[in-house]
Amino acid sequence: MTEDLFAVGAGKQVVAVDNQSNYPARAPHTTLSGYTPNIEAIANYHPDLVLISYNPGHFATQLAALGIKVVNIAAANNLKQAYEEILRIGRLTGHDRGAKAVVHSMRRHLAAIVASVPKTRRHLRVYHELDPTYYTATSNTFIGSVYKLFGFRDIADAAGGTGDGYPQLSGEYIVAKNPQIIVLADTRCCQQTYATVAARPGWSTISAVQNHRVVLANDDVASRWGPRIVQFARTVARTAKQG
Amino acid sequence: MAATAGTAEVAPHVEARGVSLRAGLAAVAFLLVSLAIGLAVGPVHIGIGAIIRSALSYVPFLHVDQRLGAVDHAVLWQLRAPRVALAALVGGMLAVAGASYQGVFRNPLCDPYLLGVAGGAGLGATLAIIYASAAATGSTWTVPLAAFAGAIVAVVVTYALGRSVGATQMTGALILAGVTMATFTAAVQTFVQQQHTQQLQNVYSWLLGGFSTATWHDVVICAPYIAVSSLVLVLHRRVLDVLSLGDDEAASLGIDVGRARLVIVVAATLGTAAAVSVSGLIAFVGIIVPHTIRLLFSMSYRAVVPLSLIAGAGFLVLADVVARTVLSPAELPIGVVTAFLGAPFFALVLRTSRTAR
Repeated sequence: MTEDLFAVGAGKQVVAVDNQSNYPARAPHTTLSGYTPNIEAIANYHPDLVLISYNPGHFATQLAALGIKVVNIAAANNLKQAYEEILRIGRLTGHDRGAKAVVHSMRRHLAAIVASVPKTRRHLRVYHELDPTYYTATSNTFIGSVYKLFGFRDIADAAGGTGDGYPQLSGEYIVAKNPQIIVLADTRCCQQTYATVAARPGWSTISAVQNHRVVLANDDVASRWGPRIVQFARTVARTAKQG
Repeated sequence: MAATAGTAEVAPHVEARGVSLRAGLAAVAFLLVSLAIGLAVGPVHIGIGAIIRSALSYVPFLHVDQRLGAVDHAVLWQLRAPRVALAALVGGMLAVAGASYQGVFRNPLCDPYLLGVAGGAGLGATLAIIYASAAATGSTWTVPLAAFAGAIVAVVVTYALGRSVGATQMTGALILAGVTMATFTAAVQTFVQQQHTQQLQNVYSWLLGGFSTATWHDVVICAPYIAVSSLVLVLHRRVLDVLSLGDDEAASLGIDVGRARLVIVVAATLGTAAAVSVSGLIAFVGIIVPHTIRLLFSMSYRAVVPLSLIAGAGFLVLADVVARTVLSPAELPIGVVTAFLGAPFFALVLRTSRTAR
């Protein structure tokens, strides 16, 4: 959300961001907790508007009781929702045009990136890794919608029946499914690299490992619905084309 | 089967019997069937015949050709087999440690995590995941070692706390010290985790425990500890029977109670710490398995300790099969399986053994 605020041009209006917001660097970082928000501490910054993405207890009601406008912008589950929420952030902060430009640019760049991938590489089986215990994302998540744009087939979809789209897969299923492209969104949290993945027992038989189609993504970028998803898509496209 | 269970239940002076042939055979058969199911069942279908041929191909001088493809071979021997082996080791260890703690402390609710093993290991693993991961990039040793060290430190502190009240009330004091240690380590662990929410997912999946990423490496690093610990505990099964009579009675029978207790606690703790360091925190096994053995076969530790070892191994292998198949190809945390299946099964055993009396 912080990233979206700065992207639409509302950066100067931002008086405080929580301790989970680490991008962009020029954002006014604070120690305000993103998980256990403290209402008094937030009120101390005298905001006109508080954007939240989750609402523990009576958080929003209590803020509203202090006369502060609160808008809950839930995490986007696909690109379409992400565009809508960026536009909404633009409207709320008086940067309608900035927001429209951001969305337009995202759409245009993503389309060009997808078009740059040859048709033969549009149906790769993808495995998106969230941590080294094989938590992953299905097509029904934001990141899954980006893979859908490429035409990739997400190997996690067979496990998508229950839960919120982030199942933990069995290692043997991943090896047997033989993904053709692997995206590591655990390079920072857990120091995963091409070498650590290739060294896992049985993984040397996987097509993505044999053909070096392993994307080293920035964990944060791959888990947020901000404009930086364009850079992410570019890296994925580059890897999909090689080998 | 349950008809024999009630005989010794109320008597404080347990008839000391070894493992009956029937009970021993039943436990071993249960373990063998569990291991076979563990190898044969998983999200990837591999035929039983192919598995047997592949296994036989490793037997020297037999000259059996295996027909498994490279992928199935990797799935079977590099992913599934270490998982089964690790689950068996950990399950056996937790069950035998639980049985031993219950004997040493004469308290049926004791589990292997009693003296702060779980809290200490959890804190150690959390610290390693958050602070050490950058320094020791990709090392598969860091987290297990830290968990092991955390568990040992926590138990040593607990023991020192418990001892300080004197020998007469030591068992009660140790249990209270264990609760204190568990609460304290949980507080520190939660605080550290709260300060590093980026690593929340990592810490959480370690705490939940399981065998989804088990490798032969894990098996090799924990096997020596578990082997030695279980051997020591099994050799002390008669001492546990005597201890169950009470400290004074045991002392009058010529047992050095303090020393015997220390040896058993050290062995159970070392083994549990080794198990936890490779598998995370798996609840309930250490309580349900020994009690089921007691209800089905015998109250005597001469039977409970070795049978718990064997049945615990089989139980956790089966629990892991459920964990990897019920939502296949997704995984279920194994702690959910052990508690969800274990609790009703335990209730059933409890009920049938009552009505049979």
